[in-house]
Amino acid sequence: MKAIDPHIHMVSRTTDDYLQLTIAGIHTIAEPAFWAGFDRTSAAGFRDYFHILTVTEPARAARFGVKHYCWIGMNAKEAENLTMSEDVLALMPEFLDAPTALGIGEIGLNKNSRNEIKTLELQLDLAVRRNELILIHTPHLEDKLKGTRIIMEMILSEPRIDPGRVMIDHAEEHTIREIKDSGFWFGLTLYPHSKGSPERAIDVVELYGAERLCINSSADWSVSDPLSILKCANEMRRRGHSEQAIGNVFYDNPKTFLSQCPKFQVG
Amino acid sequence: MSPPYQTMDALEILELYFIENRARLLDIASFLDRIDRYEGAEAARRDYRYTAFQSAVDLLKSGAAGRTAAIQTIFSDPTTEPLESAVGLKAFGAWKGEA
Ligand SMILES: [Zn+2]
Repeated sequence: MKAIDPHIHMVSRTTDDYLQLTIAGIHTIAEPAFWAGFDRTSAAGFRDYFHILTVTEPARAARFGVKHYCWIGMNAKEAENLTMSEDVLALMPEFLDAPTALGIGEIGLNKNSRNEIKTLELQLDLAVRRNELILIHTPHLEDKLKGTRIIMEMILSEPRIDPGRVMIDHAEEHTIREIKDSGFWFGLTLYPHSKGSPERAIDVVELYGAERLCINSSADWSVSDPLSILKCANEMRRRGHSEQAIGNVFYDNPKTFLSQCPKFQVG
Repeated sequence: MSPPYQTMDALEILELYFIENRARLLDIASFLDRIDRYEGAEAARRDYRYTAFQSAVDLLKSGAAGRTAAIQTIFSDPTTEPLESAVGLKAFGAWKGEA
């Protein structure tokens, strides 16, 4: 089957993973800018990182016939440093202009602090001014519900942002209803141990419907699996869903959301 | 009427997922046994994560619909005010309560 992984951190993966993706049928991926597992000490570190996202990874992917897109943003975990956040924000337009940059992300909250909120506010403003798509990272574990609500309130109070152009990612059972009812897209992450399993993701498809839903691996430097979306598709298959319904979740939906950026073309 | 994808009935779902979930249940039981067996068990059982875990186990037995979302809520921070600072903070999986 053909699938798109709309959220995967290839900077943390080996080149061999590109081969695995392509032979398994994942020919198009999008990589959000995130926390790289350590706190960077200056905006210069982000300049190099954004260069990797917009130049190095697309080239590495192309060797295997994979189309690599990216999102540019200041992640919430490092946003507590407000001075550095402002420096990083000043760098972002240059990289958002790259032919494979789809929008601003993943931005959002981590511990729901005032500086994180301030940094998010500045990035939402930049998104409005540039009419960019937005990819939202919601906090983990006990902080998710509160953070998701704060983020939604911030976006919904800005009338110039269309929720249909915003993906709220890492949604879970206690946040999905509110996200969906507010008109946003929502993402489910398949992350062994700490986030969703394929079984729970397909329960969500059955309970809430596939409309405005994307499922991703968020594979990165931690315990994760770049082929997890295909394992999830297989879970959907064994429950008896049609091939058309499966293709809708794992190919059509990410294509529809990402195609709102005219730069996006599926490989 | 069942949705068209429901080619299995509930008994077949039980059969399909039983063994793996039986194993998960044993993992949880041995996790609780392990806490009991180690030095300081009493303090561990008073920890906010342990009590949240127990509330979740109670919810499992309740037979109410929507157990997954309800358990997620048990572990969640119910407050609405932003934190003054996130310096040195991380997530632990359950809400510790007001600082
Ligand atoms: Zn991510």
